[in-house]
Amino acid sequence: MTDRRSRFESGSIAWFLQRVTAVVLLFTLGFHFLWLHFVNHAAEVTLWGSALRMDRFVYFIMIVVFLVTAAYHGLNGIYNALLNHGLSGRRRTVVFWLLTIAGTVLVIQGIRIAVAMAGVIS
Amino acid sequence: MGAPYDRGLIEDFGRFRYFSAGMWAWVLHKVTGWVLIGYLFAHIAVLSTAIPAASDPEAIAAGTDLYTRTIQGLEGIFLVRVLEVGLLAAAVFHMTNGIRLLLVDLGIGLEREAEGFYVSVAVTAVITVLSIPVFLPPEVVPW
Ligand code: HEM
Repeated sequence: MTDRRSRFESGSIAWFLQRVTAVVLLFTLGFHFLWLHFVNHAAEVTLWGSALRMDRFVYFIMIVVFLVTAAYHGLNGIYNALLNHGLSGRRRTVVFWLLTIAGTVLVIQGIRIAVAMAGVIS
Repeated sequence: MGAPYDRGLIEDFGRFRYFSAGMWAWVLHKVTGWVLIGYLFAHIAVLSTAIPAASDPEAIAAGTDLYTRTIQGLEGIFLVRVLEVGLLAAAVFHMTNGIRLLLVDLGIGLEREAEGFYVSVAVTAVITVLSIPVFLPPEVVPW
């Protein structure tokens, strides 16, 4: 086995961003789980309650940062894993664009949700 | 970095018996990462009910809007609650093992991969067990 575990070139921008987003996610994902499962219970979520949270600017920004970093980290992680499995050439280009489009749709839809929630108040 | 040698499907699956701790960590990190990104798409889809629901202030005040009903309906299903415990376990393992990987990148703990993996598993197990009363309070358990 001459294979390295990862072809995710250490030192590349994608490699670096995967780690930077991982550190950001430690805080945002940790906060999210604590806040919506242990402090507020998921089963008691109402649109009014979500709107009250989203109406606060700091919360809104945090949730958008969480969304963008999770989308990037997750999809970049999959892309790099596929490269490790030997994805190349035209299929690599197709997969790259599919993941990019999926991520863009995810982020736009997530922001639309956050805006709609914040708009409930007032 | 040669092309992976094709061992055939059956032999590939059989190889888990020879896995070291580091290989288990690697496989579990992948699986939990995919579960998390898959969940993120499903989660955003469910939360999208907030967009049409937001324009109906009376239903919101009464707590009968589409978003509130959808989430509370899902949370009322026992299987969903069980899957949530699984999601938490996947997230905690990915986080703790991820911290270990970040430390390895900084040159810390490379030679203690197995111990780091066992710590990740132990932390995941403890937090998962502690979360069961939160996700599965007696009133949602069907028996
Ligand atoms: C909570 C903090 C998190 C940390 C510390 C973390 C850490 C990491 C690290 C260091 C890697 C790179 C592994 C490698 O290149 O060998 C990775 C991969 C990955 N992560 Fe995360 N992560 C976190 C949260 C998330 C979240 C929220 C998602 C999903 C949205 C996610 C999805 C993935 C995926 C899909 C991979 C690629 C797995 C593979 O190799 O196939 N992670 N993570």
